[in-house]
Amino acid sequence: MIPKNLFKKANNELENGGRQVYEEFVEITQPCPKCGFELTATELKDNREVCFKCGHHFRMNARQRIELIADDDSFKELYAGMESENILSFPDYDEKLRASKAKSGENEGVIVGEATVGGHKCVIFVMDSQFMMGSMGSVVGEKVTLAFEYATEKKLPVLGFTVSGGARMQEGILSLMQMAKTSAAVKLHSDAGLLYITVLTDPTTGGVSASFAMEGDIILAEPGALICFAGPRVIEQTIRKKLPKGFQTAEFLLEHGFVDAIAPRNIQKEMLVNLLALHEKEG
Amino acid sequence: MGAYDRVQAARAKGRPTSIDYINNIFTNFQELHGDRRYGDDGAIIGGIGRLMGEPVTIIAQEKGQNTKDKVARNFGSPNPEGYRKALRLMKQAEKFHRPVVCLVDTSGAYPGLGAEERGQAQAIAENLMEMMTLRTPVISVLVGEGGSGGALALAVSDEVWMMENSIYSVISPEGCASILWRDARKVKEASECLRLTAEDLLSLGVIERIIPESGKDFSNAYMNLQTWLKKAIDDRRDVDIDELLAKRYERFRKFGRVSNEV
Repeated sequence: MIPKNLFKKANNELENGGRQVYEEFVEITQPCPKCGFELTATELKDNREVCFKCGHHFRMNARQRIELIADDDSFKELYAGMESENILSFPDYDEKLRASKAKSGENEGVIVGEATVGGHKCVIFVMDSQFMMGSMGSVVGEKVTLAFEYATEKKLPVLGFTVSGGARMQEGILSLMQMAKTSAAVKLHSDAGLLYITVLTDPTTGGVSASFAMEGDIILAEPGALICFAGPRVIEQTIRKKLPKGFQTAEFLLEHGFVDAIAPRNIQKEMLVNLLALHEKEG
Repeated sequence: MGAYDRVQAARAKGRPTSIDYINNIFTNFQELHGDRRYGDDGAIIGGIGRLMGEPVTIIAQEKGQNTKDKVARNFGSPNPEGYRKALRLMKQAEKFHRPVVCLVDTSGAYPGLGAEERGQAQAIAENLMEMMTLRTPVISVLVGEGGSGGALALAVSDEVWMMENSIYSVISPEGCASILWRDARKVKEASECLRLTAEDLLSLGVIERIIPESGKDFSNAYMNLQTWLKKAIDDRRDVDIDELLAKRYERFRKFGRVSNEV
């Protein structure tokens, strides 16, 4: 429908809808990588870093996740001061550690703590992609191991949020050993009859997917997350073929029986609280 | 010998593969196939044999000895069914109180379409968890290449040993060079940085023993390995299983170093 005054020039300010007051700063938008919809950082934050239009789940830092999942003011961080050492004197590693600390504001790639989730006490670990892509070195391995040992001692369930490019090659074989170390702690926690739920987020790959990420009693995954052992590029180089669309996504793993359920952020906490409640022992 | 020389020696054409070790160290070997879930993976050989008379379960990654064999064995890169076969045979060993000997030789778990579809990550993860509490002694020996998680999935053991010219690494030197320096030719530098030789790993406390080699003649190496394996198993015969498992846990628990420890 064409408005009647389309070609009529406004006679005064009021007719023109009043004086326009522009805010001094207009927030810059960024396009959603999936659908191109323009979103501002504030809008994204208010919507749990999920695109309004297509539901694409953006990466989220560890502190945001804790805020989303833990009950208000219930999170008590553990082992926060632990930092990495350049054990093998690997070139440029010290610098990478410094840069990651500055970028993420964290001491390492995983945050561990105790919290309540829907009133259920549990141990939480949350990995952070901003710290060397959540790669697992000695500190990540040690903190995750300590989280499980703590939970076993206190008879608590563990909620783990994974995001990782895999083992941290700057720590050589010692980073590989973290896979065995963390798995050992998961096993003892499991043998004690305690619940471990993992939420796999984008991307969960390599040494982390081939250890504690895939060892949950219940494995949830965020929509669209890349979850794999070998990354898509490595596979394409090996088989010299393009991979089919949707290969190694959360939905692909669900279809192939490696994930229990997809957990979109708008109902993620609800799902977790329900699962925790279903495992609550009476009395 | 530089680190890269060791890398080349570990991969050298004509170097004995797991089949040679099985033939020279064990007798009465009967291969057992299949994971009972999906298929049989040629990259991992499993079976039962005798070690100086005593029945043991043997699980070995095999790269293949000629072109046809190499293709059939996928050049020693296992698919998930290989790891599931390994776990099945380890559980069987546990049931019959047989010690387990694992021989490791792989450039890594296979990065393929089917491997991902069938849960490569899950298969490896499950082995790491289950081996940790397997109620029978487990000794692993790296005979050639120990490539990352694909090698570790057979090396969560009471002791891990390396042949003098074997390597064990979180990533191949080529992979490391291309990721770090975007230059796969810097493979020598990467080999040094990764600390992947038997000597490096012994000094880092990641392995317990190096089996000496002397050129192309492995007869002494086989004999030594046989003797050491027998001793390691004998030493554990009367050990309480819970104590054995506690030691295994501690073995892996100590790996890594951090600042501001709690």
